[in-house]
Amino acid sequence: MVEQTDKSAEARQAWMGVLARAPQDALMALWDGLQLNPTYEWLRAPEIGGVMVRGRTGGTGAPFNLGEMTVTRCSLLLKDGTVGHGYVQGRSRDKARTAALVDALMQTGSADMVRAKVIDPLTMQMQAAKTARAAKAAATKVEFFTMVRGEDQ
Amino acid sequence: MYVAVKGGEKAIENAHAWLAEERRGSTDVTELSLAQIREQLSLAVNRVMAEGSLFDPDLAALAIKQARGDLIEAIFLIRAYRTTLPRFGYSNPVETGDMACDRRISATFKDAPGGQVLGPTFDYTHRLLDFKLAADGEVAAAPEGSARQEPTPHITEFLKGEDIIQDEPPSDATPGDLTREPMEFPSNRPLRLQSLTRGDEGFVLGMAYSTQRGYARNHAFVGELRIGKVAVEMDIPELGFAIEIGEIELTECETVNQFKGSKTEPPQFTRGYGLVFGQSERKSIAMALVDRALRWEELGEDNLGAPAQDEEFVLSHSDNIQATGFLEHIKLPHYVDFQSELELVRKLRREAEERITPKEAAE
Repeated sequence: MVEQTDKSAEARQAWMGVLARAPQDALMALWDGLQLNPTYEWLRAPEIGGVMVRGRTGGTGAPFNLGEMTVTRCSLLLKDGTVGHGYVQGRSRDKARTAALVDALMQTGSADMVRAKVIDPLTMQMQAAKTARAAKAAATKVEFFTMVRGEDQ
Repeated sequence: MYVAVKGGEKAIENAHAWLAEERRGSTDVTELSLAQIREQLSLAVNRVMAEGSLFDPDLAALAIKQARGDLIEAIFLIRAYRTTLPRFGYSNPVETGDMACDRRISATFKDAPGGQVLGPTFDYTHRLLDFKLAADGEVAAAPEGSARQEPTPHITEFLKGEDIIQDEPPSDATPGDLTREPMEFPSNRPLRLQSLTRGDEGFVLGMAYSTQRGYARNHAFVGELRIGKVAVEMDIPELGFAIEIGEIELTECETVNQFKGSKTEPPQFTRGYGLVFGQSERKSIAMALVDRALRWEELGEDNLGAPAQDEEFVLSHSDNIQATGFLEHIKLPHYVDFQSELELVRKLRREAEERITPKEAAE
């Protein structure tokens, strides 16, 4: 296997993160819109499991185990030999399979098309949802003002 | 002693059938969907995830529906499910400093950078029943401000420069995991935090309250309380690098505690820490207070004999599934145990009567 450059690893890290966090409905809708049906074989069929999430004491100190989250993973092989991995939050085998297919295609000649039709719109949708919450939070920020006191007059 | 006795199958089967019917309630009323529970009873969902120790809102909603709203029963279902999951690994510690905060307040620093952001809080409501909710569920969209783009720094960061607050130096030590090895005493802070974050909210609240009422008082201020989403990252061996595997909502509370200093520590502020799945504000504040109380030995404080300072007492009784399992098992058939007790009491009674009767006869 060719050693991945840091840059390509970073790019793959980014799209895999988007696929993992994406709402299932949004991912499936975009994927179905592509109407791709690549042939593949399983290297590891979708499997539901748990990951123990860690925190740090005081937010910055020693790690501790906080509790688990559900994750579904799978790996597949495209006909051209490209390996795709899916690691997604939750318990959907379909989502994991789709994520693995997108991960594989992102390493092929279809990358630009898949990025434009799946990864970019997903990123934008998720960013928009995040910004909408941040905007609501911002509206609840307290603006302090000091009352005019007697001795100042 | 337990002796296998056959019988009751039919009764049990019928009881479960009736349970299913009662769970459904009147069929004149629309059935509750999991999405409704997840979206509209989200704080119950959060509690089940925190104490069930598994972040999965859909599963928690299913557990609540199945348990007819009995949250401890729902937590039990989640814990049981959790044991069936293969463990893929451990995440990297979450970066709560990068949290996308829905809420972030400090009771100690009015002008903290990032400000006091109230978020969707019950605080400052009048706690009057809102009969509008009984009529219809229409709500106006919440107002929006200008969204903050940059992360909100932790408030304790600002005190660090002065060296008057105890530091939490980073470490890569592998923490113990009480889902893998049973708790042993004396324990350590990472294990105590794991135990407290999945502990019963009512129990942890009661323990924290006891410290406020004077049983090992530790003068806590809420230095910071934040609620929001953080990304979870894990190293993936087949990739050779870490990727984000999801995003979870957390509540984090840092208390700043008055501390006069001790034989080993200079006078400074000390800290208690709470971190809980979901929007779980009461629980995370309580967790921070109990964490601080349990740190007495490490900080060179006196053991005042208070319950909240006794880690064996606190951690052995905080788990509501262990507690309810042991408590509720006494309602299950103990016919043979009780039969032997009955024989014993009858015998003692006979002996006591025999001792008295000859005396009376002599008089």
